[in-house]
Amino acid sequence: MSLSLFLVQLVNGVEYGLLLFLVASGLTLVFGVLGVLNFAHGSFYMLGAYLAWWLSARTGSLLLGVLIGVPAMVLIGLVVERLAIARLYSRDHLSQVLLTYGLVLLFNELQSVLWGNDVHGVNTPAALSWTMRLGETQTWPAWRAFTSFACICIAIAMRQVVLKTRFGMRVRAGASNAEMVEALGIDVRRLFSTLFAAGTALAGLAGMLAAPLTTVYPGMGENVLILSFVVVVIGGIGSIKGAFFGALLVGLADTFGKVLLPGFASAMVYAVMAAILLWRPRGLLGAAAEGR
Amino acid sequence: MRRQVLLLAAAVALAAVAFSGDRFWLQFLGKAMIGCILAIGLDLLVGFTGMVSLAHSAFFGLAAYALALLTNRLGLVSPLVTLPLCIAFAAAAALVIGWLSLRATGVYFIMVTLAFTQMLFFLFNDSPALGGSDGLYVQARPVNSRLAAYVVIWVALIAVYLLLSRVLRAPYGRVLEGIRGNEQRMRSLGYPTRRYKLVAFVIAGATAGVAGYLDATLYGFVNPAQLGWRQSGLILVTVLLGGKGTLYGPAFGALLLAFIEHYGEQVTEHWNALIAALVIAVVLFLPRGLAGLLHGNPRG
Amino acid sequence: MTLSRRALLGAAACSSLLPRRLFAAGPAKLRIGLLLPYSGTYAALGHNITDAMKLAATEHGGKLGGREVEWVAVDDESDPAKAPANVNKLIAGEKVDILTGPVHSGVAMAMMQIVRQEEVLTIVTNAGAQAVTGALCAPHVFRTSFSNWQTSYPCADVLLKAGQKKAVLMFWNYSFGQESMAAFKEGYAKGGGTIVKEIAVPFPSTEFQANLSEIASLKPDAVFVFFAGAGAAKFVKDYAAAGLKEKVPLYGSGFLTEGVLGAQGAAAEGIKTTLHYADGLDNAANKKFRAAFKKTTGRDADVYAVAGYDTVNVLAQALQKVKGDTGARKELIAALESTRIDSPRGPFRFSKAHNPIQDIYLRQVKGGQEAVLGVAMKDAEDPAAGCKMEK
Repeated sequence: MSLSLFLVQLVNGVEYGLLLFLVASGLTLVFGVLGVLNFAHGSFYMLGAYLAWWLSARTGSLLLGVLIGVPAMVLIGLVVERLAIARLYSRDHLSQVLLTYGLVLLFNELQSVLWGNDVHGVNTPAALSWTMRLGETQTWPAWRAFTSFACICIAIAMRQVVLKTRFGMRVRAGASNAEMVEALGIDVRRLFSTLFAAGTALAGLAGMLAAPLTTVYPGMGENVLILSFVVVVIGGIGSIKGAFFGALLVGLADTFGKVLLPGFASAMVYAVMAAILLWRPRGLLGAAAEGR
Repeated sequence: MRRQVLLLAAAVALAAVAFSGDRFWLQFLGKAMIGCILAIGLDLLVGFTGMVSLAHSAFFGLAAYALALLTNRLGLVSPLVTLPLCIAFAAAAALVIGWLSLRATGVYFIMVTLAFTQMLFFLFNDSPALGGSDGLYVQARPVNSRLAAYVVIWVALIAVYLLLSRVLRAPYGRVLEGIRGNEQRMRSLGYPTRRYKLVAFVIAGATAGVAGYLDATLYGFVNPAQLGWRQSGLILVTVLLGGKGTLYGPAFGALLLAFIEHYGEQVTEHWNALIAALVIAVVLFLPRGLAGLLHGNPRG
Repeated sequence: MTLSRRALLGAAACSSLLPRRLFAAGPAKLRIGLLLPYSGTYAALGHNITDAMKLAATEHGGKLGGREVEWVAVDDESDPAKAPANVNKLIAGEKVDILTGPVHSGVAMAMMQIVRQEEVLTIVTNAGAQAVTGALCAPHVFRTSFSNWQTSYPCADVLLKAGQKKAVLMFWNYSFGQESMAAFKEGYAKGGGTIVKEIAVPFPSTEFQANLSEIASLKPDAVFVFFAGAGAAKFVKDYAAAGLKEKVPLYGSGFLTEGVLGAQGAAAEGIKTTLHYADGLDNAANKKFRAAFKKTTGRDADVYAVAGYDTVNVLAQALQKVKGDTGARKELIAALESTRIDSPRGPFRFSKAHNPIQDIYLRQVKGGQEAVLGVAMKDAEDPAAGCKMEK
């Protein structure tokens, strides 16, 4: 592989990883702090994408779609948390897996009824529809660059919130010991609701950003869901930093796997996950308490 | 006592179907009974040992593919030869995957089982030599007539149930339940809990292998789709529906799901939503499943 | 106005519980089984095929061969794991007279296993797997859609005629993609073309960036691909976004653009594909069909709908010859074999292996629509490798 091709693939891998991080970050928070295994996370990604398509088709602007869509996702997250997730906090893994699996089926039917089963394209905003040169024959669309940039910004913002704000402190405290947090008089219920809504919004936003790239179609959340879990587990449950590095690792493994070991490519990501877990049973940066 | 009567009635009813000779019901209930075997095996893990595994379908699929390959490539057809080989293969795979997976605990364990399931799925899905995504035909089935296959499945179901009940009533079963309750405590009492869990994993894997062998015999067709995590998820649903930790509950859960899938489609186009609503309702309001109804259903 | 599926299914369910003898008065209803996806990624195809079949039946007054049609539909979810059970439901449970479908070739393989054994009259309305009219061919199995070979082999000639002798292949690595590539290579090699690289993408992955970068570095004359549905939509967009569209011409079988032109937008402009149908085909049958389909469903017809439409028209003609007697198997098969209809795709007839003999058109996307440039291959007949039909 020539150097220029290698660099291009590096960019591809990082870009893929950054988008995965956006989806997985919400999952690792919900998983780490609330202790809930949420299989419906991929559905939030799908809902975000469908909302982006539907709103941008109606208003003519993807930006407007995102501005309306993200608060909509927050609302959806709050509703789902109150109605379904809240009942799972004290339940075992099997119940969590199955309840959220049921939610996936419901969301799929909802999508089919509301928006039909066709494939839809989403146009990038005119301001970002140009391309930049990348090597001799290849170009890089501005929208991809923008998406990667947005993911990095969000990652930095999350880090700031978690490390530097009171809210972030409560999140970290809740991740290690929810009971203690409650005993200290902090409204854990409100904390959990907010976190879940944030996680939902992050997944939805990822869907909105990805919609112009992946097109919008039934079942688009499934593959993303599995990969998100892989990223979260590799990085360590509850660790945003872990999710970041896990996502980059997955993105690079997938990209280079496709080019260097095409026959083995699909299994590559799972092999990496298994290998990491065997080396570090709690993921790269995971320190979640036992019993989760 | 109620449980005994119910089980006996079900066994007799299923046997009676054999006499009807109806093409549809023999295949439909044959498939449903295979689902029962899968559910019972998974309950050993989930209900009695407290291990949620997403690899159950992988062992099901491995045994099915083993039969297809043994028959097509090596010409081995006789059930006396192929059945033990396929079960041994599934059990060996469970040993390896179990040993590796059990190095992780809690949710990480679930994810590692998922990883191995997906790797196996892709192995079969992406290899043209193994049939690829179109699957393989079993050129010559160990049991040829539909009726004979049905009877064999019925016998296997009864055998698996009785065997597992016996195992669970023995001291080994008590240890498993202790591990489910509090693994730390069992370890401090001196039990090598990981070894006990591994044995449970292998037994479950072997029963899944029996189910896979029977499925390949019944339909003469194997496909990677049988190996995916979605299939494992469906088996978990049957365990929940029936009531985990009862062994017979999940078997009824499997029968119930089979009937719902069959008739649900005739009721509404959105039968998927129906199943979803059922699953959610059971998780929230009927946590002990059907078996809970039998025993009276306390909360949680 | 489409008939309520629920009502029909309910009626079908009830009638399946009653003994046949009760329907003594008048000829028994003709039960046609539909093994199609009504949920999941391929649901749109399932609905289009079904609605086109019902449209054709309505045009025949709801009767084929003098018998009233009764539809029995099962959602196969495009899941091969559930296929044997679903086929069993239709054949043994609902006891359909004729089985039609499916979309997914994995489901088709499971179905073929069973219908060959049970000798049920089967019409494959979409799955293009070669084996169906090849190694697994049978007298009672017909196909009204296409074989994978037919949609890809003619494209080789198109590239050769344009002087593009060095091509890269990129495809989803499952039977549809593999067979398409094999057919293309067959035609391409004959004309002296060379394949620079074959890029097999695991199915159904849609992450193409890594491979597109590879293609950019290889600089071939052209690229021939197989993708369909949402994956095709993404691929075409990614291809354009990577700057390859102007540099390296993109070709594929028609599935690259069928049903997803809207989603692809400007990225699809200028792409040439070969397929046995095009929306803009200028013949009377097509115009009539598209107008009627739009009127009854509000959607635009596509290549999948055409297969459904033709299936019922073919059955109408054949059943007429045997006066609706599905029990007269030999006569019915002979009638089907000799059927000729004016399909929206052009003149339609069956080959000896029971696959359609049809013209393959060269299409190009112009202004967001498929323009027909001409006929890439006239009367294309699938080679039917390995077919041994005992009569």
